[in-house]
Amino acid sequence: MSTAALPGGDRSILERSPFARLPDRALKYGLTALAALILALIVYFFVRLFAESEPAFAHQGVFGFIFGNDWDVSGEKFGALPLVVGTLITSGLALLIGVPVAVATALYANELCPLRLRPALTVLVELLAAVPSVVYGLWGIFFLAPKLQGAEQWVADRLSFIPFIGGGAVTIPNYFIAGLILAIMILPIVSAISREVMATVPSDQKEAALGLGATRWEMIRTAVLPYCRAGIVGGAMLGLGRAIGETIAVTIVIGDAPQLGKHLFGQGYSLAAVIANEFGEAQGLHRSALFAAGLVLFVLTLLVNALARVLVSRASRVRGRSSTVSAASQPPSIAGAAAGA
Amino acid sequence: MNAHGAGGASPALARFAVSRARRRRDRLARGLITAGTAIALIPLGLVVYYLLHKGLGAWSASFFTTDPTGNTFFKTSSIGGVKSAILGTVEIVALASAIAIPIGIGVAVWLVEYGRDSAFAHVVRFFVDVLTGVPSIVFGLFIYIVLIVGTGSSYAGYKGSFALSLLMLPVVIRSAEVILMLIPGALRESALALGAPRWKVIARVVLPTALPGMVTGVLLAIARASGETAPLLFTAATTRNTDFNLSHFMNSLPVQIYNDVTSPTTAVVNRAWGAALALVTMILLLNLIARLVSRRSRLA
Repeated sequence: MSTAALPGGDRSILERSPFARLPDRALKYGLTALAALILALIVYFFVRLFAESEPAFAHQGVFGFIFGNDWDVSGEKFGALPLVVGTLITSGLALLIGVPVAVATALYANELCPLRLRPALTVLVELLAAVPSVVYGLWGIFFLAPKLQGAEQWVADRLSFIPFIGGGAVTIPNYFIAGLILAIMILPIVSAISREVMATVPSDQKEAALGLGATRWEMIRTAVLPYCRAGIVGGAMLGLGRAIGETIAVTIVIGDAPQLGKHLFGQGYSLAAVIANEFGEAQGLHRSALFAAGLVLFVLTLLVNALARVLVSRASRVRGRSSTVSAASQPPSIAGAAAGA
Repeated sequence: MNAHGAGGASPALARFAVSRARRRRDRLARGLITAGTAIALIPLGLVVYYLLHKGLGAWSASFFTTDPTGNTFFKTSSIGGVKSAILGTVEIVALASAIAIPIGIGVAVWLVEYGRDSAFAHVVRFFVDVLTGVPSIVFGLFIYIVLIVGTGSSYAGYKGSFALSLLMLPVVIRSAEVILMLIPGALRESALALGAPRWKVIARVVLPTALPGMVTGVLLAIARASGETAPLLFTAATTRNTDFNLSHFMNSLPVQIYNDVTSPTTAVVNRAWGAALALVTMILLLNLIARLVSRRSRLA
């Protein structure tokens, strides 16, 4: 191309000059660098988070940190067991309450609801996702918790023979209210994914079930639910990921018990809540312990989300084979719904 | 379907009628599903009702025109409003959007136009998925480590913006990618066949076609970022005064609500309800606009 000085030169008339090709290269490599930057950033963050939490792990060992049942800041004892278990109790509760309701909502919208009401119902459920976490916390602590205290006490008294659930006085911030708030918060995402998966059940299968004389419920049980089981489980796992990482609402309604709570209706603590509560005034080892709590939280959500992705993408691959919906456009749209919800 | 309704209407059809037990089970299951849906809508109604009930009571002209004073023990009128919080939220989110939207759309364009099915593109998609799942408070920790521990400086509004932009990135990338993939390949090919260079095809054909659809995803990302408290707690921190300098401490609506919730003074808690109503109104408006735009779009 050194002969570019000659007009035309050895270049074909249709070929672009090297100069005109420059913006193309710049765009391509620029964008590639941008994509690479994101990878580098995440890896860098992770490494730094690990480095910052190193002192806490060194102080009492990884095992002692995760399984120690005492979060005593002034005594420099940082056992994260009450936090880890608090996170697991509240998010487990959220799944237990939230997933059946979400699946029922999705089934109602897809199978039972009059066609004209369907968009309105979908929008209403999605509105639940638009309410910010801090507003749920505000509502939970000033409305839900006081209103439900009597009912909780009743349940606690009746079920006093079951360890952990029964017995003891109901406190206003407690595990159960936190789980309930989380159930409301994960409802839209689980419902949205369930609805998307249910929409892909081939109508031949549903019609075949009805044609054989199945009732509406039998059709749902034999044709719809088995077909979308993996998708629903994947959606529930994504909801679990959300519930585990949810911070502010939980911080407001769970309390700040430094040891494992005695019962379901008593005060607890969670991994995310301890960071939000204590990070502002934390110094030295305490701050490092909070970074370590963040690291545990990060790894926990990473595992849950990875499992969820595998399940959802497997569900959509099965779909791709047996339905007319193009498989190629499915996974991103599900992920998009997940991110947007 | 008719068989269920006309159970035993005519003797000839009676043999095909659904037995009473099956019909009962069907009715029970349908009832449970309907009840579940109703249960899902109850919290929405209650949240909206209480927000309006408590929030409107706190609203007044001075609520939006004064800064919170921190003076909570004397007269209820002297606790101030949420001016600095609203302006802070707008400033922080505006900068976060200015960072996240170009980068996010850039990565999405790369994924669709250049990366496609390459191994590197799969790695990028995986990491974007990872970002989607990271708890918002962990983004706060990331930014704290890099911009506050790393530089030895203190909280600042722009650091909050960085934390929020990390949160927005995966939403923007994923939604933009979905829209870009919907653009017919024939459109690109005809532009290329006319002799347009790749960058011109992207800038003049692909992006304008995708624009309305991408606006929806972007608005949803902004709506999500506006409501986040956790990443701002120890990046932008909080202050009471209105400040337009993003390198100072910065107040924001979610953080002010969070701080007011723990107050023992009723008037301050009422201020939190008023602020919550303002925040939810803002976010719902963004959602509404996003929906209207997506209805206009021919692609999505």
